[in-house]
Amino acid sequence: MSANPDNEISSLSELLTHAYAIEEDAIDRYHMLGDQMEVHNNHELAKLFRDLAGHEEKHAAEIKARAETIGLMNLKSSEYKWPDTEGPELAALDEAHYRMTPWHALQMALKAETRAFEFFDHIVNTVTDPEIKKWAEEFREEEAEHVTLVERLLEKNPEPPAGWADDDDPPNLQE
Amino acid sequence: MSDQIKIDTGISIALTGSGGAGVMTAGGMLLEAAAKSGFYGLQTRSVGPQIRGGEAAALLRLSNHAVEIHRGGFDILFALDWSNFSRFAAEITLDENSVVIFDPEGGEVPEIVSAATKNIIELPIKKFASEIPGGRMNMIALGIVAGAIDLPKETVLGLIVRKFASKGEAVLEASRACLEAGYKHAGSVANAPKLVSDAENADVPRWLITGNEAAALGAVRGGIKFAAAYPITPATEILEWLAPSLTAIGGNLVQAEDELSSINMIIGASYGGIPSITATSGPGLALMTESIGLATAAEVPVVIVDVMRGGPSTGIPTKSEQSDLNIAIYGLHGDAPHLVTAPLSVADCLFTTQWSVHLAEAMQVPAIILSDQYLGQAKMIIDKPADVAFFADRSKVEKIDTAYTRYALTADGVSPMAIPGTAGGQYTADGLEHSVTGTPSSAAEDHHDQLAKRRRKIEGFNYGTHWAEIEGEGDLVIVTWGSTAAPVREAAELARAEGISVKTIAVRLLAPLRVEALEAELAGARRVLVIEQNDLAQFYRYLRGHVDLPADTRAYHHPGPMMLSTTEILSEIMKEHRL
Amino acid sequence: MNVSAPLKASDFKSDLKPVWCPGCGDYHVLLSLTKALADLERKPEEVAVISGIGCSSRIPAYLKCYGFHGVHGRSLPLGTGLKVARPDMTVIVAGGDGDGFSIGGNHFLHACRRNIDLTYIVMDNRVYGMTKGQPSPTTEPDWDSALSPGGTGLNPFHPLVIALASGANFVARAFSGDIRGTTKLISDAVNHPGFSFIQILSPCVTFRPEQKEWKSAIHAPPVEATDDPARAARRIMTDDGFNVGVLYRGDRRPYKIGDGVEHKTVADLEQEFQI
Repeated sequence: MSANPDNEISSLSELLTHAYAIEEDAIDRYHMLGDQMEVHNNHELAKLFRDLAGHEEKHAAEIKARAETIGLMNLKSSEYKWPDTEGPELAALDEAHYRMTPWHALQMALKAETRAFEFFDHIVNTVTDPEIKKWAEEFREEEAEHVTLVERLLEKNPEPPAGWADDDDPPNLQE
Repeated sequence: MSDQIKIDTGISIALTGSGGAGVMTAGGMLLEAAAKSGFYGLQTRSVGPQIRGGEAAALLRLSNHAVEIHRGGFDILFALDWSNFSRFAAEITLDENSVVIFDPEGGEVPEIVSAATKNIIELPIKKFASEIPGGRMNMIALGIVAGAIDLPKETVLGLIVRKFASKGEAVLEASRACLEAGYKHAGSVANAPKLVSDAENADVPRWLITGNEAAALGAVRGGIKFAAAYPITPATEILEWLAPSLTAIGGNLVQAEDELSSINMIIGASYGGIPSITATSGPGLALMTESIGLATAAEVPVVIVDVMRGGPSTGIPTKSEQSDLNIAIYGLHGDAPHLVTAPLSVADCLFTTQWSVHLAEAMQVPAIILSDQYLGQAKMIIDKPADVAFFADRSKVEKIDTAYTRYALTADGVSPMAIPGTAGGQYTADGLEHSVTGTPSSAAEDHHDQLAKRRRKIEGFNYGTHWAEIEGEGDLVIVTWGSTAAPVREAAELARAEGISVKTIAVRLLAPLRVEALEAELAGARRVLVIEQNDLAQFYRYLRGHVDLPADTRAYHHPGPMMLSTTEILSEIMKEHRL
Repeated sequence: MNVSAPLKASDFKSDLKPVWCPGCGDYHVLLSLTKALADLERKPEEVAVISGIGCSSRIPAYLKCYGFHGVHGRSLPLGTGLKVARPDMTVIVAGGDGDGFSIGGNHFLHACRRNIDLTYIVMDNRVYGMTKGQPSPTTEPDWDSALSPGGTGLNPFHPLVIALASGANFVARAFSGDIRGTTKLISDAVNHPGFSFIQILSPCVTFRPEQKEWKSAIHAPPVEATDDPARAARRIMTDDGFNVGVLYRGDRRPYKIGDGVEHKTVADLEQEFQI
């Protein structure tokens, strides 16, 4: 897997651009998962993913407002300095399943929010520019709140018993 | 009145030889000399299975008016040798007036020849050739025949210079000397018929062309700019003419790995907005049918020329047969309305192809053109074809302001197409049944709507009078199609000259069949004769399935390799006339 | 949308919701492809994505580009015709292993050999999904299925080495889950002249759930891309099948498309027939 561990955020605008992209990508990702669940008639999960997308939308709007004076950069996908193959706050697509339960979705979200926290935490611990550091601390704080929020939701949505993925019908022949 | 009507228009000549004797070249020069001297005519070939050195027959008919088919008998047979003559015997019918010229070194005169005629002239052609350094038998034969039928020597000499000048002075001189020698011995064939010129025709601008060349030219005249090619006999000449020609006019030809590929290449190119064509024969058409269905469903115009040969399977690749009608009309799976046309003569290969390009593009539908080996490979002197105003004129969207629906349900069934590159017009063409936007759909309503739209656009189209060529009046009506139209029309003309009323309907648009128009033309018919060249009477059965035919409707048909001749059709007309 | 703003990956996605199973690798490929197109700064209308039949061949409709979902196995000829007729378009052909290597195998050989400037992406999951799990040409010999009980017993087809031997100009392997790497490979492939082939290992969660393990097997190749076909062939033939990256980047002569200039008119062409 390719990753860019050595890259460091070097300006406030770049930090904001990454922070905004994290939220925008997360919105797309949750909608993508929502679409998948809709197509596969898992309506409970479709709604949950839409709610998660809505939550990220609010967050994205806040960042955009804060970036107004500093301005956002136009980066190509390869120019983002993600520690992994894509943005940190992204639910892993390969963990989706058509019969997944809220617990699974929240586990995906928890991992995503934790990765986002770690992304900003890394910046806080490595950058020298005090301004960038200050902003990164704020973003890290927000992500920590999100982690707590998801953890609280998980308390209400326990892990389903084994066999949650069972489907008595065989797959359908298509083309 | 006699049952036998004598057909004496022009002169029919057969040149046979083997092992690289060059009879095709001599025949071609004879035809061109006749063309340059103000005559009409045609040349076909009959060859053995060898790539080189096989036995070959150049079959010519020359006349002072346009002729489109052999009349069914030969006035002159010039045999450089008799190797495997039996292969051609059925095609080269002789009678007591036929003149036969042969070289005794080329073997014994076959019994079938000596039984037919007493006019057999022995000439030592090989010996004549050996007396000239670099001399060749075919050039001597050319001189003898040209001299015997009164073609001017200067004209033939001019052709020799043009053909051989590039091969060096020695070759040119040898050919010239052979021709002179041939003309010198032409007197030995004193009883040969002569070509008599018709002053009226002398200045009419004329072309020398094969049906395959005419089809290719019709394609570019219609606006074709892309072709994909997989070689197959007898269609290859279309592709070989298009290859340099398309490049010259700013287009492209790609040689594909197979016909599955060539059909999809033209669908891809046409999806890109470029009018596209391919040419093949029966085996290739069979491979293409799945994707012709794709072009039908995705509404991408393409033109496929099927130069038919004897089938099924590999069949008889070098011989003509009208046996792909069923696959052309019925070969696609599902309900797949598309166009099937057939040229009615060598010259008509140009018109029908150009018209088919226009139709395919106007309706965004595949068109299959059923030419055949006879039309495709016959070389013919024709009047310069008229320019006709049929061009590729596809309904396109130029600017898209609102949401684009590629497969919108329009009144005429044709939906304007967004050409890739057009902003806002993006859609996915699909062979899956789809909604108006192109999105895959198995909904009953979408399926019914799209089927009806695709049917509507070709059934409601105004094809004008081009669906058929209709000649004469009478209660005896002959219905035919494709290359068989030529002997049918000639036979009907001869019958009319004898006072027999006969109407001919040569159908150019085979699908969708113009049922109402055809029934109107058959309104006064007492007897109908359906004539075609295949074993299963495919056209007759097709008409039976769709058209209200009189009770006295009969099929006259036989498979290849023998063409239907004017003589045999005339004899069928006489039979019908007596009933 | 602000016309002057550069397009984002999401601008290349259509509103149509994929029918792919949740968890399918093809979702990743869709993401990578949209990211690559945004990085390449193409406009959606300048790109055509052409496919055949199979799960992955559904991809054109999920994009906002021009698309053609043709018949089984014939996507490369469709794309070839389009590219030669319309060299101004960016043509990407996409599909699966059954579509590309079984029914479309001959076209694959000749598309590599023809070396037309287009990009061919095969989402390889070593199974026919649309027909409920039959072995494809890349399936392991011992993989049990209803159609081939106990396995096919056949050696898998090796698309990368065949592409190389047949004349492809750019040969790469990707893993769907590696979105950054796949995005870069697609954008390099599109930029490279001639025929570019990317085999994307894309797990089938329904019929090959064991392919979820691919994620941990994937690694970058130990050496840089080579322009020496012999070295590339040796590497491809001897690696463990999980190297991702560019394996061969050549400078083989691309197919020559006509210049599009009208050197002659149709009337000029007719001269040859005049007597």
